[in-house]
Amino acid sequence: MEQRTGLEAQIDHWRWYVLRRQAISSADVDEMEDHLRERIAELRASGLDDEEAFLVAIKRMGSLDAISREFALEHSDRLWKQLVFVPDGVDVAGARPWRELAAVLGLAVGAGVAVKVGLAAFDEGSALMRNVALLVFPFLAGYFAWKRRLTARVVAALVIPFLLLAVVLNAYPFEPFRSTEVLAALHAPVLLWLLVGLAYVGGRWRSDGRRMDFVRFTGELVIYDALIALGGGVLVGLTAGVLSLVGVDFEPVLEDWVLPLAVPGALVVAAWLVEAKQNVIENIAPVLTRIFTPLTIVMLLTLLGALATTGGLVEVDRELLILMDAILVLVLCLLLYSISARDSLAAPGFFDGLQLVMVVAALAVDAVMLGAMLARIAEFGTSPNKVAALGLNILLLVHLAWAAWLSLGLLQHRRPFAELERWQTRYLPVYGAWAGVVVVAFPPLFGFA
Amino acid sequence: MHIEKDLVAASSTPLVLGILAEGESYGYAILKRVNDLSGGRMQWTDGMLYPLLHRLERLGYVSSAWGTSDVGRRRKHYAITPAGREALAEKQKQWSVVADALKQVWQAAQQPPAVAEGWA
Repeated sequence: MEQRTGLEAQIDHWRWYVLRRQAISSADVDEMEDHLRERIAELRASGLDDEEAFLVAIKRMGSLDAISREFALEHSDRLWKQLVFVPDGVDVAGARPWRELAAVLGLAVGAGVAVKVGLAAFDEGSALMRNVALLVFPFLAGYFAWKRRLTARVVAALVIPFLLLAVVLNAYPFEPFRSTEVLAALHAPVLLWLLVGLAYVGGRWRSDGRRMDFVRFTGELVIYDALIALGGGVLVGLTAGVLSLVGVDFEPVLEDWVLPLAVPGALVVAAWLVEAKQNVIENIAPVLTRIFTPLTIVMLLTLLGALATTGGLVEVDRELLILMDAILVLVLCLLLYSISARDSLAAPGFFDGLQLVMVVAALAVDAVMLGAMLARIAEFGTSPNKVAALGLNILLLVHLAWAAWLSLGLLQHRRPFAELERWQTRYLPVYGAWAGVVVVAFPPLFGFA
Repeated sequence: MHIEKDLVAASSTPLVLGILAEGESYGYAILKRVNDLSGGRMQWTDGMLYPLLHRLERLGYVSSAWGTSDVGRRRKHYAITPAGREALAEKQKQWSVVADALKQVWQAAQQPPAVAEGWA
């Protein structure tokens, strides 16, 4: 039995190795695996053991370089890593890819219609602001629920918090557009996003690996969504331009129909694209981190220099805290995405050092601003906005500070990379908890101000 | 017995098309058939068959469909198309000419004196 699993592991490893060749698609590997297994079965029947049969079968398969070259000659298009949405002839149950496409389009339209209906149903603007994430969420989570074939327990774990959140957001006597309402509307999507994560990982939320997958997914989704928005913007601009020439005003249609339907729909489609291309293209977010980590260091050092030479902050208010939170989120994202793409066995290198510099610089800038801010709060008292921004700042600070400590350990060869990775994924739910506090506890605490 | 690379490459297309003309088949079975037909003397590099099959498919000589093996694995089956049969007939003509010429030359080579006399 142990021998069988050894053989399976070897075949798995072979598959992985072959798949790294860009010219060989996974369907080709399936085909060759079938061949390999049959050859192994025949060799075993003639008396060889698993190990020998595997080695002979691999040898008979020939040099992978040569095969890969032949495939490349035959399929030069593959070298461009084409994204195939509906792979033809790849699936035995031929209907499946089309069914997925249909399901995705259905969900995308559903999300758009839900927002459109919401626009009509909530006449006062602030109610829509509170509910818009709730309207889109079921379609996105629904896609993963369908895709991952979630069990009833996991579905319940999605639906119950969703309903509770919906009740809180709509039953609280919010004053339109006061701070607590805006804060609740801003933090509800964070909670919902973690629920999407629960659906994404198929209920296996304890797994660090799956959590990291969700982090990767999030980064890619943001990039895909931005790309779709960019393309959509070009189309809208061209349409509006031509229509204005014939004297038709496109703006009302754009505001009433195109945007409410297209923006939520694009989110669902982007989620599907990230899913579909997962195995096709390497992730782009980690590539961007390589570019922006050095640039961010330059930015942070400039900020530090400016703070030191101008002799302190002229105006300290919540804008500053929010700005600082944004900088820390940026730094965190850069850290998170390069960690998500790092080979966990690689020795610490130059880029790990660069990252540590970035995190330390961010912490230094934050310390200066936070000091000023705390003095300010002590003088003028708190407000919901200040407390929310301060809370997030502290969470980010803890996250980054400990990550810096672990990075230092990594660079000194005292700690394994896995520890740094685990810290990131373990810490994520803390943000959800904080968002929950802001949504649920803040409004009554601050008297719905 | 080792057969030169160029010869293997030149003969592989008619061989594969000919085997598929006998009936639908899949990669491993095609290789086994080549082995049987040559009495084990022609040994191809297994992996090279697949790029070849894909090329034949692109040229429209064969068509493919995914099915399942008797143990339930995904398996790609290939069948010859009418265009493939035409190509096979053409190849067959070409190879007959080559084989015929070779045969005569081998026979002549076995009787050097007669040839020598002829030249004389």
